[in-house]
Amino acid sequence: MPTNGVPTRITQGSGTRGGIGESTLRPDGTLKVTGEFAYSSDMWHEDMLWGQILRSTVAHAEIVSIDTSEALALPGVYAVMTYDDLPTEVRNYGLEIQDTPVLAHGKVRHHGEPVAIVAADHPETARRATARIRVDYRELPVVTDEASATAPGAVLVHENRDDPHSRHVPHPNIVHRQPIVRGDVEAARRRADVVVEGEYTFGMQDQAFLGPESGLAVPEEDGGVHLYIATQWLHSDLRQIAPVLGLPEDRVRMTLAGVGGAFGGREDLSMQIHACLLALRTGKPVKIVYNRFESFFGHVHRHPARLFYEHGATADGRLTHVRCRIVLDGGAYASASPAVVGNASSLGVGPYRVDDVDIEAIALYTNNPPCGAMRGFGAVQACFAYEAQMDRLAARLGMDPVELRQLNAMEQGTLLPTGQPVDSPAPVAELLRRVKAMPMPPERQWESSEGADLRQLPGGLSNTTHGEGVVRGVGYAVGIKNVGFSEGFDDYSTARVRLEVAGGEPVAGVHTAMAEVGQGGVTVHAQIARTELGVGQVTIHPANTEVGSAGSTSASRQTYVTGGAVRNACELVRERVLDLGRRKFGSYHPAWATAELLLEGGKVVTDGGEVLADLVDVLGGEAVEIEEEWRHRPTEPFDLRTGQGNGHVQYSFAAHRAVVEVDTELGLVKVIELACAQDVGKALNPLSVIGQIQGGTTQGLGVAVMEEIVVDPRTAKVRNPSFTDYLIPTILDTPTIPVDMLELADDHAPYGLRGVGEAPTLSSTPAVLAAIRDATGLELNRTPVRPEHLTGTV
Amino acid sequence: MRLDLTVNGRPQEADDVWEGESLLYVLRERLGLPGSKNACEQGECGSCTVRLDGVPVCSCLVAAGQAQGREVVTVEGLADFAARRSRGGTGDACGTSPDEARGWQPHGAGPGTGEGSGLAPVQQAFIDAGAVQCGFCTPGLLVAADEMLERNPDPSDADIREALSGNLCRCTGYEKIMDAVRLTAARRSEEV
Repeated sequence: MPTNGVPTRITQGSGTRGGIGESTLRPDGTLKVTGEFAYSSDMWHEDMLWGQILRSTVAHAEIVSIDTSEALALPGVYAVMTYDDLPTEVRNYGLEIQDTPVLAHGKVRHHGEPVAIVAADHPETARRATARIRVDYRELPVVTDEASATAPGAVLVHENRDDPHSRHVPHPNIVHRQPIVRGDVEAARRRADVVVEGEYTFGMQDQAFLGPESGLAVPEEDGGVHLYIATQWLHSDLRQIAPVLGLPEDRVRMTLAGVGGAFGGREDLSMQIHACLLALRTGKPVKIVYNRFESFFGHVHRHPARLFYEHGATADGRLTHVRCRIVLDGGAYASASPAVVGNASSLGVGPYRVDDVDIEAIALYTNNPPCGAMRGFGAVQACFAYEAQMDRLAARLGMDPVELRQLNAMEQGTLLPTGQPVDSPAPVAELLRRVKAMPMPPERQWESSEGADLRQLPGGLSNTTHGEGVVRGVGYAVGIKNVGFSEGFDDYSTARVRLEVAGGEPVAGVHTAMAEVGQGGVTVHAQIARTELGVGQVTIHPANTEVGSAGSTSASRQTYVTGGAVRNACELVRERVLDLGRRKFGSYHPAWATAELLLEGGKVVTDGGEVLADLVDVLGGEAVEIEEEWRHRPTEPFDLRTGQGNGHVQYSFAAHRAVVEVDTELGLVKVIELACAQDVGKALNPLSVIGQIQGGTTQGLGVAVMEEIVVDPRTAKVRNPSFTDYLIPTILDTPTIPVDMLELADDHAPYGLRGVGEAPTLSSTPAVLAAIRDATGLELNRTPVRPEHLTGTV
Repeated sequence: MRLDLTVNGRPQEADDVWEGESLLYVLRERLGLPGSKNACEQGECGSCTVRLDGVPVCSCLVAAGQAQGREVVTVEGLADFAARRSRGGTGDACGTSPDEARGWQPHGAGPGTGEGSGLAPVQQAFIDAGAVQCGFCTPGLLVAADEMLERNPDPSDADIREALSGNLCRCTGYEKIMDAVRLTAARRSEEV
């Protein structure tokens, strides 16, 4: 099958060791394997206090009174603060809409909302002090779903909204609504020979990063504060923290502490403001570390969703139209809900060519836990549903599900439902071909010379089957994810690059505020500097707010945007260095003026390979330093009525094939293999890229068969806030994940790269569901699938 | 209460330990050894895995008092522990001193590929195989994997998965962790 697009070619610095395209190793690897890497929870300071947060025990209530006297009387307690102790009139924060109280003001809107904070000299003292705070709640009715949110006379989660979305939403309990209408669905429907409808449910997933929310706030002599913190975006935190503290931004200094994973869950603030408030109040350093229980309440989750789809096709399998309605539960506070709605709607039909669409996506305000960013961000829920629909359509048409997808696959030039052309390679059919062509795992792997190896069977060492009742199934799925912040957001990054001679050799320094959360951005920045400056030695400075914003480590954007900023700054440094060389040595060789000059192996060379000078001699005692912002091409908002607009920057595509074995009698699933094919544009570090694909695939597997935050629909309280009751895949649950990586350059992006982190999280889940359907013949319209869904006991 | 124990070959004592404190808390907050991680505090994630008299345990589930007079090996001492083991002896006292370990500052990224750092084979293999992303699960996995390889130098994939099933990782999808353990075993078999 032909594909458009070609791999990127690199000339500058291509001969420099450890440059882009190599699987160089992490610069923080040694620290992380020896236990020396300082995560936010490892921060320690002389004379440090421990902070603790009191959270609401009910989901929706008026606060009648708060009595902190017994807590304050406990020896070892230094401070207790409530809403009344906040220092300024700015008492709310939020990513887009400032609707989230720092501490509850008269009302709590979800289970686990922060009500009061304590600082004490031992964490157990702080915990006991919070238990002595008496809060008198008067409970209110809870809003838990679309019906209760929009019923006549429904309780409003937020009264007196004045955010920009409040003007166009049909109900105050709807955060944002985005319709997308294109073509004529009614006319297209009349052309359809087959129409399939489906209703789907997507459970609430948790990011479950292993390093809990934590940080250390240290008061400073100028009345400011220095916060060492695990976050995804230092400058976004700063913008929200400083006004609440009543401090100018230059007196809130922020340094990134080690981050134990993120996956979207650190986009919103957690304990940042609380630690700073307590530090400023007590005059002592304050550390706050959530435990796992609190972490489940301390960050937003992936939006659970209800999705209603109608797909039509002609008898030969061409899509005529898609109608869909996606209802996302945003919970009590807005967080990233508006942008999640934008993604779910604009990517709602998936990587397919379909001219006539009628799409609506909304996010609700409810009294459920707040939901926001998680890897895949709105595109995940849609992919689960539209891929189930494609299988349903294939079955109705009597077609092979992969062939149906390939027949309708988008290509370069295809218009999205928003009218935006996909103007880079879109090898959707090719990815499906590749993933289907990968060798299948052997049948009945549990059979060994000594009988069944239980570890290879559904149920594993629980010894529930030796192969009886076990059926294999195979399923496919493909997805599309946008890369970067969309809808007109000014999505820039900043890099400071310095080149100087140290210890007799040229050394590059790269300073950005990028949050390294495990993805390997620090590895890639060093590679870019080596390639662009032709040097071996690169120092990556700790991320902090002494340099301009790098934007968020999310939306698969950092290698593109901060990587782009580092490359841009390196190019500017290179030009300055070459100018320096021309001034110093230009008269000695005509090539300084006439040839294209490169930096390679610590030298200035011509494109013909002739060495003109050593960088050590060119630089001498001078340092060349540039700090510069860098932007990708701009995007536009979606029209509020039609959804039309060039809203996205770039796309990322992945396809999966899942092979599962199901014990159909007990409803136990073992995923045998999850093969993935993904177009990565250009793999700057292939080892890291594969790691992203395998990690993303596994999070998709988790929400297919086990992961769900269970919220009681009567009380809106969370029922399983622990790793005992909220299960994430172990190494026994996770199959082999062979990866086939395609590299077709996106000419708009640095080195032709594509953001890679999220796409594999999309198609993994529907592929597993399709495989379980294939094995069992069941409809399975919800995820995660639990044993009771497979045995007919619900 | 007062607690005496041996950590990474070095006798340690901690005063004023509250009876409710876990071994993990004492290691992290009193002995300046924060390498063992606290990710769930209920024995589900394995991030706090240490060896207690040689046995891998979740140190969050061991009351500090239970470690009285016993020997603990943490990720900070893993390289020395592995080196002593390969020499066939128990060796002298060694490990990270509390004074060194206490002044934690946010680290910049230095040359981190491990070469020449005297790492245990399993530590080097985790770096080489790309088994480290955020790294929060890494200390516990290293202690668990090292112990498994001590018992079973030539494990099958199913053996590795069974032995490491108490250690959660959220970043890698475990494939590179499998690679790292296989790599450790393969390098050892080449040496023999």
